[in-house]
Amino acid sequence: MTTAPAPTAGTPRKEPGPPAGPGPAPARRRPGRLRRIGLPYLLLLPALLLELLVHLVPMVSGVVMSFKQLTQFTLRDWGTAPWTAFDNYRVAVDFDAAVGRELLHSFFVTCGFTVLSVLLCWLLGTAAAIYMQDAFRGRGLLRAVFLVPYALPVYAAVITWVFMFQHDNGLVNHVLHDQLGVTDGRPFWLIGDNSFYALVTVSVWKNWPFAFLIVTAGLQNVPKELYEAAALDGSGMWQQIRHITLPSLRPVNQVLVLVLFLWTFNDFNTPYLLFGKSAPDSADILSIHIYESSFVTWNFGSGAAMSVLLLLFLLLVTGTYLLLTSRGRKARHA
Amino acid sequence: MRTTLAARGAVLLALALAVPACGGGTDTGGGSNDSPKTLTYWASNQGANAEVDKKVLKPELAKFEKQTGIKVKLEVVPWSELLNRILTATTSGQGPDVLNIGNTWSASLQATGALLPWDGKNFESIGGRDRFVDSALESTGAPGQAPAAVPLYSMAYALYYNKQLFKEAGISEPPATWDELVAAGKKVRAEKGVWGLGAEGANPSENIHQVFVLGKQHGADFFTPEGKADFTSKGAVAAVKQYVDLMAKDKVIAPGNAEYAQNQSVSDFAKGRTAMLLWQTASASLKTMGMKDSEWGLAPAPVRSGSPGSGAQVNSMAAGINMAVFKSTRNLDGAKAFVKFMTGDAEQKILNKAYGSIPPVKSAQRDSFFHTPVTSALRETLATSAAALPQVPDESQFETAVGSAVKELLADAAAGRSVTTSSVRAALDKAQQQMPKK
Amino acid sequence: MPEAAAPRRSPTAAPRSFVWSRALFLTLLSGFVLLPVYVMLSSSLKPLQDVSGAFRWLPGEVTLSPYADIWSTIPLARYFLNSLLVAGAATVCSVVVAVFAAYAVSRYEFRGKRVFTVTVLSTQMFPGILFLLPLFLLYVNIGNATGIALFGSRGGLILTYLTFSLPFSVWMLIGYLESVPRDLDEAALVDGCGPLGALFRVVVPAAMPGIVAVTVYSFMTAWGEVLFASVLTNDTTRTLAVGLQGYATQTDVYWNQVMAASLVVSVPVVAGFLLLQRYLVAGLTAGAVK
Repeated sequence: MTTAPAPTAGTPRKEPGPPAGPGPAPARRRPGRLRRIGLPYLLLLPALLLELLVHLVPMVSGVVMSFKQLTQFTLRDWGTAPWTAFDNYRVAVDFDAAVGRELLHSFFVTCGFTVLSVLLCWLLGTAAAIYMQDAFRGRGLLRAVFLVPYALPVYAAVITWVFMFQHDNGLVNHVLHDQLGVTDGRPFWLIGDNSFYALVTVSVWKNWPFAFLIVTAGLQNVPKELYEAAALDGSGMWQQIRHITLPSLRPVNQVLVLVLFLWTFNDFNTPYLLFGKSAPDSADILSIHIYESSFVTWNFGSGAAMSVLLLLFLLLVTGTYLLLTSRGRKARHA
Repeated sequence: MRTTLAARGAVLLALALAVPACGGGTDTGGGSNDSPKTLTYWASNQGANAEVDKKVLKPELAKFEKQTGIKVKLEVVPWSELLNRILTATTSGQGPDVLNIGNTWSASLQATGALLPWDGKNFESIGGRDRFVDSALESTGAPGQAPAAVPLYSMAYALYYNKQLFKEAGISEPPATWDELVAAGKKVRAEKGVWGLGAEGANPSENIHQVFVLGKQHGADFFTPEGKADFTSKGAVAAVKQYVDLMAKDKVIAPGNAEYAQNQSVSDFAKGRTAMLLWQTASASLKTMGMKDSEWGLAPAPVRSGSPGSGAQVNSMAAGINMAVFKSTRNLDGAKAFVKFMTGDAEQKILNKAYGSIPPVKSAQRDSFFHTPVTSALRETLATSAAALPQVPDESQFETAVGSAVKELLADAAAGRSVTTSSVRAALDKAQQQMPKK
Repeated sequence: MPEAAAPRRSPTAAPRSFVWSRALFLTLLSGFVLLPVYVMLSSSLKPLQDVSGAFRWLPGEVTLSPYADIWSTIPLARYFLNSLLVAGAATVCSVVVAVFAAYAVSRYEFRGKRVFTVTVLSTQMFPGILFLLPLFLLYVNIGNATGIALFGSRGGLILTYLTFSLPFSVWMLIGYLESVPRDLDEAALVDGCGPLGALFRVVVPAAMPGIVAVTVYSFMTAWGEVLFASVLTNDTTRTLAVGLQGYATQTDVYWNQVMAASLVVSVPVVAGFLLLQRYLVAGLTAGAVK
């Protein structure tokens, strides 16, 4: 997982055997030079072509779009749509005007939402995976149960939450107010300030199984010998979790947290189905904002510009993140 | 490595540039007759579900095929997808020949130039403009331009009321003005403990339909005659405030309705939890929800004073579905023949009966089915007191911006925060700033 | 049962605090997970007029008719089949392609490796809304140029979804394969397998938990995607994630049927995972080594 930023990924390996340097092991058996050099590229080719076709090329077109005035008037033939240089960007970052101010507000809401959601997803997923590392009765079943939020169609799942969060008839208010009496009066969850927490709840409910799944798989990679050695040293279970399990999960976590972050940040379905076309101010997520300007108000140029800004921000965050986490890991390896 | 990167970049760029260059794909010439034996038709979902639509439409399409030999390939496109599908079809030139559109989209879609304009000649080929009701024709595109579509089904708002609750609260006549509506609402609340009026407060489009009509009644249009946004006029502010006050001040709408966006207000009404509902063609849904036809009554939607009419006496938007032809069609004559068939008297009667809507075609309205108490009320509203939503290309921006502003104001009212003229104006001002600058 | 094959941790007996906190935590978590499922179940058993009524833990009137009606309100069976086909095909292709790519990155040194991995990961950042329209246009143009119908067809959707799950799958598997000891494939190579033989006979089985996780992930990604499916499919190729919205129309919203249908279609998916989950713990540590 260190591959990207660590220049010689794979080499600082401690296993005996031929160094995994420039010449791969098969070199000894495969004299064909072309074949030897070509093989890794051949293996990468399908992935590369597919990403190129479905992600990169449309993405570049998207960036081109962001420099154009692409509205209902020019949509039909966007090759000839007028260039606007940075106009779309200027409107988006003009924080004195309504559009820019809304965008900035939406950006902060999205950041807060993402951090909270990712943190909770990761905590729940990791805790559940560690607790379920040892076999116990019903573990397989429980694992399947935990995957249910992931398997249920998003539309129905979110609509169910809408039902539960309803002011008058919902389960949440029924429990909080009628049965436990912890709130005075019934709070609103789908409009107003509480809608932020409603969004976080649904997002965590839907995404934590992914963290659980990946951490569970990651745990299988921790060499058993480490635990045995620790047991011989007399360290207890909590200590083993702290000193062996969690550190061994670091490579998995590095990618997991990053990917969770990126998805949550770009998540469209959950807020859209929860709040409809216009989200309450406190839960006004960027993806909805961008969807609104692109598909609802038909200003694809401006929507694209906002997307590109978002992308630049994510690139910055990801770059910094990878740099920091990988440096940390390299230091430990050394 | 450097060379591979550069090469890769070049390929990428070439491909990317190729994409927008091929966009559109059709010239503006306006269709051809290369494929005269088939048509593709995107129908909107009008019945209880898409399967019902197919059952309604398939026999009619078979009739059309028998008459003309043209086979119509039908796809019922759900509302959640229709606009996006139309947008992608517009951009790529890959669309159906004939399609249904929501009539409020007419001007926006007209601006794309992807739809066949219904100029005098085209209208002649389907029997002329005069066949259609005026309020329906007004919702087919920007004024002064050839319509982008032809009216197909019409609907209007009306006041549905619960007969039993009204009787028990001692209300003999359904309210005809807003004051009477508020009084009736207070009365059922006092006598029966149920709320007066239902609303879909979190649904921007519903909010727009209501405040648009109230705006008309206050003499405000939301757009200047030149098509510029004008949300903060005195009338517009008063209209929005009056609507929000139904919850905030008059306590006729339950606070919980501020979060409704899934037709919960219809189900509340069907279950007798609210006494009144302003809705378009609710009869079928009320039946599904278990309310018998005999249990509800229908009256024209309220006005400020007097009786419904034009100008400040408008009491409904002209809701409905239009039919349009994509310019890029490869069966232009067939497409026009199909529109003529669907807007013909015979089909208008059959289809509008099946969907509970009102025919926008005058001659089809003569059928006795459209002269029952319920259908008469809707028909008369359409004929005399319905107005088209602003026919400007920025209509969807208007719906989003103002509809959401009303949603936020209702949310404030529901949370018990005060709603004042200045807070309404501030919200509308913010909405106006979000409109595209010209 | 691979489940019980290897005790995962040391023979140290789990301390009481661990057992208790585990019971408490897992109970609470199950409650959180299952609460909406319970609401769905009880809503799916109510007549339509009761669904949006005040919440009660037990439904007043129970009916099974939503479970019969779901099949005729929308072509549920067809949507279900479409979803299974699309998600299944996208998953198989995605996992195979990802395994190849991850194997190359984890076992070979070559030029452009970093560029590849970073590029692949960066595609995860692209907001779908930005490239939805361009992708549609690209598919249309490919269709016009070559006659291969990518929009409106299952093929186009499979292609799209397969690339959605690919980046994370590649990254996840690179990490996983790197921790599979090289002695394993060295040994296979010495035994006369080619590099691909080594990959499939030795490395893949050893990396099973990672591959299973990636499989589940790819499937779910394709299974739940809404935005692209709504534009890239038509009536015949529509998938469940989009098609379910057909229960909600302008005039009527069949909430009970939405819930019933969602539960019905999720059962096979969860059952499939129940069968698959045991391989999450098989793999190299369960005795493949030595």
